[in-house]
This record gives sequence, structure tokens and C-alpha cells, in this order.
Amino acid sequence: MIAELGHLLAFLALATAAAQSVLGLTTGGEATRRLAVATGMFTALAMLTLIISFVRLDFSVALVAANSHSQKPLIYRIAGAWGNHEGSMLLWCVIMSAYGAAAALWMRADRLRDRALGVQGLLTLGSLAYLLFASSPFLRLAVPPLEGRGMNPLLQDPAVALHPPFLYTGYVGLSFVFSIAAAGLINGSIDRDWAKRVRPWALTAWSALTVGIALGAIWAYYELGWGGWWFWDPVENASFMPWLVTAALVHSLIVTEKRGSMAAWTVFLAVLAFCLALLGTFLVRSGVMTSVHAFATDPTRGIVLLIGLAIAGGAALALYAWRAPKIPPGPEFDPVSREGALVLNNLFLSVGAALVLVGTVTPMFAQALNVSLSIGEPYFQLTFAPMMAVLLLFMPLAPMSAWRKTELKPILRRLAPAGILAVIAGGFAMIVGGWQPWLGFGVLVGVWVIAGVVLDLVRRAGPGGAGRLFKLPLAVWGMTIAHIGIGLFVIGATAETVTRSERTFPLQRGESATMQGWTFRFDGVRQVEGPNYNATRADITVTHDGRTDVIHPEKRIYPIAQSGTTEVSIRKTAWRDVYVALGDTIREEPGVWRIRIAFHPLIDWVFGGAGLIALGGFISLTAKLRRRAPATDAAAATTPEATTETPPAGAPA
Amino acid sequence: MRKRSQRLWLIGAAAVLVLGAGGLAAVALQDSVAFFAAPSELIEKDMIKAGKSARVGGLVEVGSETHGSNGELLFRITDGDHTVPVVFEGIPPDLFREGQGVVAEGKFDADGRLVAKRVLAKHDENYMPKEIYDAMRKKAGPDGAGAYEKEPTS
Repeated sequence: MIAELGHLLAFLALATAAAQSVLGLTTGGEATRRLAVATGMFTALAMLTLIISFVRLDFSVALVAANSHSQKPLIYRIAGAWGNHEGSMLLWCVIMSAYGAAAALWMRADRLRDRALGVQGLLTLGSLAYLLFASSPFLRLAVPPLEGRGMNPLLQDPAVALHPPFLYTGYVGLSFVFSIAAAGLINGSIDRDWAKRVRPWALTAWSALTVGIALGAIWAYYELGWGGWWFWDPVENASFMPWLVTAALVHSLIVTEKRGSMAAWTVFLAVLAFCLALLGTFLVRSGVMTSVHAFATDPTRGIVLLIGLAIAGGAALALYAWRAPKIPPGPEFDPVSREGALVLNNLFLSVGAALVLVGTVTPMFAQALNVSLSIGEPYFQLTFAPMMAVLLLFMPLAPMSAWRKTELKPILRRLAPAGILAVIAGGFAMIVGGWQPWLGFGVLVGVWVIAGVVLDLVRRAGPGGAGRLFKLPLAVWGMTIAHIGIGLFVIGATAETVTRSERTFPLQRGESATMQGWTFRFDGVRQVEGPNYNATRADITVTHDGRTDVIHPEKRIYPIAQSGTTEVSIRKTAWRDVYVALGDTIREEPGVWRIRIAFHPLIDWVFGGAGLIALGGFISLTAKLRRRAPATDAAAATTPEATTETPPAGAPA
Repeated sequence: MRKRSQRLWLIGAAAVLVLGAGGLAAVALQDSVAFFAAPSELIEKDMIKAGKSARVGGLVEVGSETHGSNGELLFRITDGDHTVPVVFEGIPPDLFREGQGVVAEGKFDADGRLVAKRVLAKHDENYMPKEIYDAMRKKAGPDGAGAYEKEPTS
């Protein structure tokens, strides 16, 4: 019964979404609001019924039979509900309609909200139609099997269980940014108030997307068994392009909100971000690309997605082309100003996204011409990395600049200590890291960014000292933390990429391998039984600096899925991870196992940096919410804000 | 007047950046694109040159898997007619087996061996790299690929 209930709820959601879009785009009002909440509730309940089917192991539901198994632990039975194409599409609908419901509950009631809900209703309607007619998760099997087929064991992992919900809150969340942009274009009201109301949604989506991407990277790092965390794989790029564009958007929204400039560009980014999210979904789901992560590939689904992308993107861009010329350009500004700095940020981030796009889709077009090629890491390192390096060299200047027009000299003088520190740190890293110029450069950039933003914080606190720091607006803290996160990430990513070292040792029981002052003694393997897998577990005694402990890398075989995973053992030290994976036996020499040992320096800074970026985003978001809370009347909400930031040094009054 | 000059420098900055990025991309694409080929194609077109990037697809030749003095994996990729020797330092994917489809990505060394940075194998029962499938089908006709139950991708 429960699957039919879910099916019915999804159809109800389809109906309310249709009504929501019609009402929202015409009369609007309270009815639209209620419909949006209803759509959100119906899809959430539909998801709940699917989760119940998965938890209860109802194998008469085709999706459960194909993706679950009675031996699977409870949390992965729940996560199994979205660990497949159909279930993840339902999750997509849930999150899309949840954004609509949240906006219905929290956005100020006016035409902008109603139309945004209307557009969101249309997007939800399209997604639900796709779910119900092209990939329904609620279908029953005539003859239920006694046992399910299990899930890809690589996905049986906590990070990847949480990965889809965060990732979707991110890039499906961009649908609502798109909806407010479309609503603003329809209303002809792309102005400061519009920007102010878009920003919380953009920040939510962007921060969640950051977490989602980071979880995926963490999972790749320890679960795929080769210690990489980013492969420039099409599926990764698919989520990274919207991330870059949304990063540009949250910055240009500041300009539009505070100054009213760049409005036409800002709304374009808001439209583009979701289009790229759709394009990414198409790349992932249609099977046009070879990727280590691609799942549920089916050409018909790809075509439907492509049509959806064409309709949503085409309509929005047509609307943009029609309305954008009427958007007032806003007050002008000097190239050397905070606006100018943020324009630079936007140019570099969008060109960066374009370079990633070229690298991602070129193989696809080549394939259409019957040429099979792949574009790997070297392309991205040669193109994307230098763009970001230049961007980051400029980054500390932006928060210190004044709006409209600024003097560079006082800013550079103020940043001088950061520059000196960066050069010293970079030089030191280059020497310690064994004359690696790129390591030195990465550390220089990272330290420059961190020291620069800390100096900015000191400047904002003024002579008031530490006590004044806590009185600074949360938005400033959010920016500071996110920028520190970027700096840490850059240092970690370059250190990890440039100085990681790895080697494979063929070892017999009792033999030892030594690498960089660490000794690994292989004490043989034994068989261990897990809930739904059999593991070959190695005992390896690790000695370093007189300290000894035993680690247990594993190879697991999941008999139901007929596949295996490599479970690495990671020893954390202050500066690096010691990463040990158990390989295969060597065929012609029984008893010899291949053991791969790798050192990953500063890997925690990579993930920690990404975490801080997301945290900074969420803090800026709470700043928005807190600031908005007292402004109950519409008049207060539209008043240009009083100074939320202390005037920058050398700013003309 | 001011308005126009603002627009001009904006467009100028964007144009410089886009042109620079385009040039960079063009150079990078020439250097870092790896063409996918089956062993026969590589040999017939004389594409095996030291330092050249490639993506080689085919089957892991039965009986070819061995290891070097540092424990690195050595195997040969075959398409039935020709083979390409591969060296791989990492741990192969869990479904790496002799006789199975595989794609190896890397650069050729002076001895004509592909030093692979990445080895992709059939991921699970639902997924195998498209190129493996295509190579299989090219080789064995639709029946040969039929051994993999269903076409995984378009």
C-alpha cells in the first residue's frame, strides 16, 4: 500500500505544483502561498513513503529490489532511497519544492514572491512529470523477489550517504535563485531590494553545494583507494561549474544590493547558475560521458533532460534578452573601487567556469565527430589554476577598497605586512618542500589571502581592539571565515598535489617496507566477516619515532553486489596523512601482497578549508536572517541599509 | 560621458581576460588531450611515441599480469590483434581482472610502454566505461558485447 500512497502523493504534488504555477504567475496571493507549502509537503511525504519501503525492505517495489538487500545496515537502507537514479530524482523534487515552501513561509508577500513561487511551481511541475512518467520510483514488481540485489558497495559509506542531500540542497536550490531572477525580470524589478532578497537563497544554495562537493571529495579520497580527492572528472565538473558561477553571484549580489550597480549582470548569473546545474545533471545522467561516477545512464532520460534544459534555459534567456536592456545601470564607479574589485572577481570566476566547461564538453562534441578523446588534469592545471591564482592575488584588496572610488596606495601600505609574510612563508615552504617553486607559490598565495583578510578584520575593529571584533557584523565574519578557508584550501591543495608521495611494495608476511622514516611490517592477512561483506584484513605494524601501532587496511567483497571495495587505513599526523591500502596478491608469488603506501601532506587543510568556506557562507546567511527579522514592515525592508561596515581607510566621505 | 568610459573599461577588461583564457585553453588543449585508441589503432597509425598521452582501451590479456621490481603492476591490453604493454604504480580498481575490459590512461615511455596514471575497469554490473563497451563491440560484434548483458550507455 505504502508505495501506492507515495505514488498518489507525488501526483497530488504534481497537481498542486501546476496550480501553484498558474496562480503564482497570474493573480498570486495567499492561495499561491498555501499551494507552495502543500507541494512541499506532498513531495516530502512521498519521499517518506519511499524511505519506509526501503527500511521495511519491501522487495515488491522494483526500486527497493534493485537497490537494497536485507543484510544492509539500517542507515544505508535509508540512504539507499536516494542512492539510485529514481530515488535521487524524487529527492530532487523534494528539495525543489521545499525551497518553494520555505519561500512561501518566509518571504515577504508581494508580486515578486508570488511570481517566484509561480516559476518554482513550473520547475517543480516539470521535475515531477519527469519523475512520474520517465523514472518512477514507486513501480511494483508482479512477482516480488525474496531478496534484493543490493547497492553498489562503494556507496555504502557515511560521507556518500549524506553527499546527495547536501549536493541537491546546493544545486537544486539554485532553482529558486533562478525563479526569483525570472520573477524579477517578469516584474521589471531588478533592483537593490531584489538583490537583497535573492542573496539568502543564493548563500544557502552555495554553502550547501560547497559541503556537498567537499563530502564527495572526502569520499573519493578514502574510499576509491588511490588517495585522490579531485579528478577533474565530468561529474565533478558538473557540480563545480555552478559552484563557480554562484560564487560569482554571491559577490555581485553585494554590489547590486549595496550600490544598485551590475544588476543586469547579477540577474544573468542567477539564471546561468541553474542552467549550469541542469547541464551538469544532463552530463551525469544521460551517459554521454565516460566517468567513474556515472550511474543510471539511459539515453532517453538524457533527451528528456536536454529538452528540460532547453526550455528552462531558453525561456529564461529570452526573458533576459527582452527585459535586461531596461534594467537601470545604477551609479557609475571608478575601475579602482570595491565595485571594480568585485567585477574582477566576477570576470575571473566566470572565465574559470567557462574554461572548466570547455574542458568538460569538448570530449562530448569530439565524440559526436567520432573522435574519442579525454581531457585530464593537465588541461585544468594549465588553464584554471592560473586564473584562480591571479584572482587570489587581487582578493585581499577588495574588502579594503571603498565603494565608487578608492586609493590604492593606503590599501597597499596596509597590506604590506601580509605581503612580506606571504613572501617569507612561500620561500620557506619552497625550501622545506625540496625546492618546489609551485609549492612556494601556492603557500605565498594562501598566506597572502589569509593575512590580508585578517588585516582587514583588524582594520575594521579599529582602535577599539579585540572587544570591538565581536561587535562587527556577522556578514563581515562570514566573509572573513570564507576567505580564510580559501587560503587554507589553496595551501593544502598545492602542498598535497605537489609533495604527495606514494609507492607500492610487494610484501610477504613478516617483511617490512620503509618510507620516509616510517616502517611498515606486514603481519599477514585474515578473513573477517562484516554484515553484508567478507573482508580480507591485513595487519600492518607501523613504527615511527619509536611509536608503534597496528593498522588494518581491508579489501571487502560484497557477494550480493558481486563487487568489492578497498578500505584504506589512514594514520593522521599533524602535517600529513599516512595512507595505506591493501592491493592484490601477486599471482606468480603466492603469499605476496601488494601494499600501497602514500603520504598526503596537509590534506586536512583541503577539506577544512572547504568546510570554512561553507561555514562562512552559512554565517553570512544568518547575518541576513537576523538583520531581516526586526524589519517586519515592508517600508523598513526597502530602506537602504545604514552602514553595515565601517568606512574603509582612505575612503572619500 | 562617464557612463560610456565605464562601459569601455569593463568591456576592455573582459575582452583581455577572455582572449587570454582562450589562448591559454588552446595551448593547453594541444598539450593535454589524450586520444582514445585501441591497441591496433595505436600500432597501425604509429601513435606510440615517448611522452605522448593516450587512453588505451581493450581487454587485460590473459596471462599478462605480472609485477615489476617495485611491485608496480605490469599487464598488456589487447584487442585481439595487437597488444600494448602497461605499467601502473597504483592499486588497480577492485574489478580489475585478466580477460576483463579496461581503459588505461597515461603517457608512453621510451620503451613504448604506457605508464598509466589511471586505470578504469568495469565499475559494477550496471556500469562500464563507454569506451570499453565500444571497443568490445567493434572487436566482437554485437554478440561479443552481449556478454555484458546490456548496453550501458548510448
